[in-house]
Amino acid sequence: MATIRIPPVLRAQTGGQNEVEAAGGSVGEVLRALTAEHPATAEQLFGPEGELNRYVNVYLNDEDVRVLDGLETGVKDGDTVIIMPAMAGG
Amino acid sequence: MTTQTKQQVEEIEAFEAAQEIEGGDVVLVDTREPHEYQEAHLENGKLVPPGLLADEIAAAAPDKSARTIIYCRSGNRSYIAAQQLEALGYEDVASMAGGILAWQEQGLPVVAASGMTAEQRDRYSRHTLLPEVGVDGQLKMLNAKVLLVGAGGLGAPTALYLAAAGIGTIGLVDDDLVDASNLQRQVIHNTERIGTPKTQSARLTIEALNPDVDVVEHNFRLDASNIVEILSEYDVIVDGADNFPTRYLLNDASVRLRKPVVSASILSFDGQISTFVPFEGPCYRCLYPTPPPAELAPSCSANGVLGVMAGQMGLLQANEVLKLVLGIGEPLIGRLLLYEALSTRFTELKVRPDPECPICGENAPEIPDSELGKFPDYDAFCAG
Repeated sequence: MATIRIPPVLRAQTGGQNEVEAAGGSVGEVLRALTAEHPATAEQLFGPEGELNRYVNVYLNDEDVRVLDGLETGVKDGDTVIIMPAMAGG
Repeated sequence: MTTQTKQQVEEIEAFEAAQEIEGGDVVLVDTREPHEYQEAHLENGKLVPPGLLADEIAAAAPDKSARTIIYCRSGNRSYIAAQQLEALGYEDVASMAGGILAWQEQGLPVVAASGMTAEQRDRYSRHTLLPEVGVDGQLKMLNAKVLLVGAGGLGAPTALYLAAAGIGTIGLVDDDLVDASNLQRQVIHNTERIGTPKTQSARLTIEALNPDVDVVEHNFRLDASNIVEILSEYDVIVDGADNFPTRYLLNDASVRLRKPVVSASILSFDGQISTFVPFEGPCYRCLYPTPPPAELAPSCSANGVLGVMAGQMGLLQANEVLKLVLGIGEPLIGRLLLYEALSTRFTELKVRPDPECPICGENAPEIPDSELGKFPDYDAFCAG
């Protein structure tokens, strides 16, 4: 199982949870497990073709998956997947 | 004509000298050695070392009828020098009894080593005691020009601490008025200032805190027509804006001008901060290629924000600014620091320069001012 950190803007879609446990062998699978459990998160994470939306940053532990293998990046037990959209509050 | 060398010369006390100097029309002569002068001297005191008195006094004090006050370390050399000046025809000379030592004992100001006054030495002593800062570092701060974009939840604490630290010029960009709902976190404002411009309110607080700081009010919004001119005036930019258009605009212009930006944002209980130094690390667009749609970009006014967390993030920004100004430590270049107040957890993420970045990438095109901060779907931004 991996831990997914939910940003403030998505917590309404996860019943207020700021962390969700999810299973999967890749970042894509882990995120799909999240959207299966909390369907309202899907349209904010994924575009119409199933690709990760450009405005959503996803990190595996401390590395941006864009510089790894994107949604194909392998996930091990105990890894943390961080979803992080830009915030503009000041 | 006076030709004696043992005649009585007028001696005045340090406080009397101070009164005369304040009244103006006084020529002030320092008759010590250059290394003593460098260490500390009276403001406007002209150095004429004892051995060079006859040769150099005419340049320092050309008018022999002018009131001339001469001082040294403790009053002995200046007494002798005053006698010599009278012998040279100076008509109204006084020697300051007790010299600069007596002057400083009275708490009167001097220009100390490398440009700090006695008052500044005292005020910033807890900085200058730090070997990493020292007098040189404090002078860097006093000479630094920092622009704060936003005088709100982030800008308020940042500005307060930068002012206390002695950042010599603080520019404030904000077109809002102080509102009662700001005061839960925007500690630079206060209840009496409700309804006044934030830049003005912040300036009044800063001036009361530290008169060394020159506050420049920019009481309007940044846009493509004014940003280049404003950013050009500053060394470091602090992004505490409350909307995406300003953040992207600021990024694009700061990369163009090679200005470092300390960028933070806050929402609810969470904050994030990074330092973008153009072409040393990634820029804001490398981190966030496109802004989120409105439903994913709520504002603090819509979602709420923990005031204390805003303060914590603002002070992290102030810390980054000081490191950049001083050239010490490791700024958050290529690192994004997340802070969650509820769990008191910090998480550090890597941020890589994007070779395809349209602003700082290898093949980034030159763009005109009018295109700074633009996106094809510009109107889809959530403002504030």
